Amino acid sequence: MKTKLFTPYFFIAPALLTLLIFFFLPVSEAFLMSLTDFDIYSLSSLKRARFIFLNNYLQLINDPIFWKALFNTCYFVLVGGPLTILMSLFTAIALNSKLLRFKKFFRLAFFMPVVTSLVAVAVVWRYLYHPRFGVINYFLSFLGIDSIDWLGDPKWAMPALIILAVWKNFGYHMMIFLAGLQTIPDYLYEAARIDGAGWWRQLTNITIPQLAPTTFFVTIMTIIGYFQFFAEPYIMTQGGPLNSTLSIVLYLYQHGFRWWRMGYASSIAFILFFIVCFLAMLQMLVRKKLEQS
Amino acid sequence: MNKFELKNFWFYHSVIFGLLILSCQTHQQLQIEIEFWTMGAEGQHIEKLLPEFKKSHPQIDVKVQSIPWSAAHEKLLTAFAGQSTPDVCQLGNTWIPEFQVVDALLPLDTLINKSSVISSNKYFKGIWDTNIIGEKTYGVPWYVDTRVLFYRTDILDLAGFSQPPTTWDEWFEISKKIRLLSTAEQPKYGVFFSTIHDDWAVPVILIRQNNGILLKDNNCYAAFDHPATIEALEYYLSFFSKDLAVKKMTEVSNLYQAFADGVFSMLITGPWNVNEFKKRVPHINGKWSTAVLPYKKNYTSTAGGSSLIIFNNSKQPEAAWKLIEFLSKDSTQMKFFQLTRDLPAVKAAWELAKINNDTLMTAFYQQLENVEPTPKIAEWEQVAVKIQEHLERAIYKELPIETIVQRLNQDIDKILEKRRWLLSKDLISN
Repeated sequence: MKTKLFTPYFFIAPALLTLLIFFFLPVSEAFLMSLTDFDIYSLSSLKRARFIFLNNYLQLINDPIFWKALFNTCYFVLVGGPLTILMSLFTAIALNSKLLRFKKFFRLAFFMPVVTSLVAVAVVWRYLYHPRFGVINYFLSFLGIDSIDWLGDPKWAMPALIILAVWKNFGYHMMIFLAGLQTIPDYLYEAARIDGAGWWRQLTNITIPQLAPTTFFVTIMTIIGYFQFFAEPYIMTQGGPLNSTLSIVLYLYQHGFRWWRMGYASSIAFILFFIVCFLAMLQMLVRKKLEQS
Repeated sequence: MNKFELKNFWFYHSVIFGLLILSCQTHQQLQIEIEFWTMGAEGQHIEKLLPEFKKSHPQIDVKVQSIPWSAAHEKLLTAFAGQSTPDVCQLGNTWIPEFQVVDALLPLDTLINKSSVISSNKYFKGIWDTNIIGEKTYGVPWYVDTRVLFYRTDILDLAGFSQPPTTWDEWFEISKKIRLLSTAEQPKYGVFFSTIHDDWAVPVILIRQNNGILLKDNNCYAAFDHPATIEALEYYLSFFSKDLAVKKMTEVSNLYQAFADGVFSMLITGPWNVNEFKKRVPHINGKWSTAVLPYKKNYTSTAGGSSLIIFNNSKQPEAAWKLIEFLSKDSTQMKFFQLTRDLPAVKAAWELAKINNDTLMTAFYQQLENVEPTPKIAEWEQVAVKIQEHLERAIYKELPIETIVQRLNQDIDKILEKRRWLLSKDLISN
C-alpha cells in the first residue's frame, strides 16, 4: 500500500527537482535580493549591501519613470493586445473560408514574421519607418499625410512599435484560431443557414461562441507575452525618445544589467510578476463566471 | 613468468606516465597563455600586430577575443561576477572607476615605475589622469579621443566669418547669422548638439568651460545649482530656445547627409567622424574643417578613449604587462593608428605617423592637451543619463532653469546615497 502512494511522487520527482532548482530557488533568491540594495558595489563584497526591507518597493512607487514604464506597457498591452487578437481572428476566418484561393500561400505568408528573428525584422522596419526615405511615409504622402518621424517622435514611437508587434505576432495566434475554427462542426452552420441566418449572424452566434475557449487561451497568452514587451524597444528605440517606449522589462533590464542595481531590478521583476499573476487569475474568474451563467 | 611480466607492465607504464606528467609541466612552464579582450573594430586589427609580439615573446600565447561595444559593459561586469575575467582588457576610460571600486583592477604603479617603455610624461596629461583613482594608477592609455568643433568653412564664409568661433559669444553670434541664411525649402541651423548616444557630453563640456561644477563634497552631492553651472546650462539651452540648434531629429535622420546639406554648420564630435565625413559625403571635402572648442574661461573637452588594464585575478600579470608594454611602444602605437585610425595615446607616435600633417587632425592634438576626465565615481554613467534625460525634457518642454536644476540635484543625490553610506562606513576608500 505504502509503495503505491510513493510511486507517483517517484515519477514526478525529476520534474519537481528541476522546478525546485531552476525555478523556486532562483525566484526566492530574487525575492530576497529585492529586499536589499544589492548593486555594483556589492559584487565584490556582501558587506556593501544593506537589507532594506520594502524600501525598493517604496522607492518604485515614487519613481516617475517606473510609472511611465508601467503606463507604456499597459498602453502596449491594451492597444496592441486587442489589435493582435482581432487581426488574427479576422485572418483566421478569412483563411478558413471556402471562397479563398491560395490558402497555403497566405498561411505561410502570415506565419512568416513569427519565425523570423526579431533583430532582422527590426532592421528592415527601421528602414520602413525612416522619416525621409521610408516606404510607409512614402505611401502616406499619397494620402496627403505629412511625413511622420515614426521612431523619433514621442507621440508616434509607441504606435510604430505596436504596428510592428501586431504584424510580427498575429500569425501565431491565427494558427491557433484556425485550429479552433476547424473543430466547429459543419452541421451548426448548415442548421443556421436553413434557418436563414446570414454571414453576420453565423459569425456572432456560432463562430465566436464556439471559439470562446480558443479566444480565452489566446488572450491569456497575448497578455502575458505583451506584458513582457522588451525586444522591440530594446532593438528599435532603446526606450526613447523621452522614455516614450520604455517598457517595464526594459526598465528592469536597464537597472539590472546596465547599472547593475540588482536589488531594485528584482523588485521591478516582482511587481511585474504580481501584475501578470493577478491578470491571469482575474481572467480565470471571469471565464468561470461566464461558464456558469 | 606471468607475474614478472605484470610487474614489468606496471613499471614501464608508470615511467611513461611520469614522463608524460613531467613533460606537461615543463611545457606549461615554458608556454604561457594570456587572454586579451578588445572591443569593436580593434579586435580584428590587433591580430595583425600580434605576430611581432610573438617574435619577441615566443613563450607567450595571446588569445584575443573581440566583443561588440554595445555589449561590452554588461559582458565585463558579468564576467567579473562570474570570476571569468581575462588577463588584459581594453576598457573605456570612463569605466575605470566602476571596475576599480569593485576591486577588479590591478594597480600598475610598481610595474610602471620599473618600465622602460611606459611613463606618464609620454602621454596627454588629462588622458593619463583618467586612469588614476586615489593615489594609484589602474590603466595605461591605449588610444584617445576627445570632442572638437567640426564646422562648414563655406557656410561660415557666407555668414561673414572667415574663422571658426573662438569664444562662446562668437559661437552664438555665428549661429544667429547662419540661421538667417535659411531658405523656405532648406532650414539652416547653427549647431547640432546631439551625438545620439551621449547627449550629456556637450552640456558637461560647457559647464566645465565655465568653471562650473557637477558634483561637490568628494563627489557625494550634486551641485547643479552652482551659479557657473547654471550659467553654462542657460547658454546651452539658449541655442534651442532661440531656435539656433537642431531640435527635431527628423531633420537629421542622417548626420552626414545633414551636414553636407547644410542643415547645421557646426557640430561637436569625435575623431572617428573625420573619416566618416570624408568617406560618406566626399563632395563637401575641403568645405569643412575642425577646430578646438570655443573658449569661455577655458576650453577643456572630454577625455575619452580606451585604456589597457590588467584584472586583479589574472594569474599571469607579468606576461600581461609585457603585452601592454608592447602595445604602448611608439612603433606599435603608430602601426595601430595606421590600421584603425584610432588616435594614438603616446605623443611620439603622432610624430612617427605624421598625423599632424593632416590639418583636420591638428585640432585634436591641441584639444587633447586640454581635456579633463569626468568625475571618477562608479555612478557616473547613471549621473550622465540623468543629465541627458532632464536636459532633453528641458529642450522639449522649455522648463525654467531653476526647476531643471532642482530636479537634477534631487535625482542625482538619490543615486549618490549609496556612495555616501559606503564612505561613512569606510567600506570604500575614495
